[in-house]
Amino acid sequence: MDNFTVGIVVFPGSNCDRDVSWALEGCLDIRTKYLWHESSDLSDVDAIVLPGGFSYGDYLRCGAIARFSPLINALDEFVKSGKRVLGICNGFQILTESGFLPGALTANKNLNFICDDVELDIISSKGGWFNNGDEKQTIKLPIAHGEGRYHCDSDTLKKLVDNELIALRYKNNPNGSSFDIAGITNERGNVLGLMPHPERACDETIGGTDGLFTLKSLILK
Amino acid sequence: MDQFAVKVFVRLRPSVLDPAGEATKSASVKLGAEGIRSLRIGKMIEVKIEGNGENEVREKIDLLCDRLFANTVIEDYEYSLEKL
Repeated sequence: MDNFTVGIVVFPGSNCDRDVSWALEGCLDIRTKYLWHESSDLSDVDAIVLPGGFSYGDYLRCGAIARFSPLINALDEFVKSGKRVLGICNGFQILTESGFLPGALTANKNLNFICDDVELDIISSKGGWFNNGDEKQTIKLPIAHGEGRYHCDSDTLKKLVDNELIALRYKNNPNGSSFDIAGITNERGNVLGLMPHPERACDETIGGTDGLFTLKSLILK
Repeated sequence: MDQFAVKVFVRLRPSVLDPAGEATKSASVKLGAEGIRSLRIGKMIEVKIEGNGENEVREKIDLLCDRLFANTVIEDYEYSLEKL
């Protein structure tokens, strides 16, 4: 992979940062670097992952405080340059709170923290994040969240559908998300946010490898 | 500088499902309370803030509400302000 380096952002309360690093380094031989949230120097990373967890203890709303970190401020320019950003779970919540992706994530319909494997339909492979052939593809990834119910107004939903920005939909909606949405991209396709955890599905010995494609696609230009 | 006490109320928009409110409503019925038509849970944030007059303070609070206290995709806010 040459010197391609994926930056993994560490907030106080992140807890999937090391899982992402293990999946990228151990399973895909992609170099990683941890980025403390107070850093705003993104010059030596080529893509960024906002990992899962409970940044700032989920105070106020999930992702609401993380949005004001120096790193997230610096992310705007990074995204505009076309580099790739992947937000997983709490990372997805941070991307919506900070306006990189539309909509919001709120408490699961049944109020349970859901920890399970779910089947997902790949709706769009915009940005090349998913392997979507001619036939409809389904993948299985783990979810682990209490606030993963995607919500947006009807105009936003129409825009998501019309512009093929919905990446993943739950086959059996576990949390009450609008339109069964599990993951979306921005219009350019270089930012993906999803509630399921691809980094926890990168090795057959822990239950599957359906997450490998998405993590590997971080190195796409 | 004037000092103000501000109470901000943040509520889920009417169109957004409030599962915690629904669960609390269900518990209220089990407690024996009758006639509850609707129950929704919000947040109240108390702020003490200084500024040169009410208008300046309102500007600051508007910014805080719009950018931080509420996520206007899913929440509405309103506030009351009292000069101390």
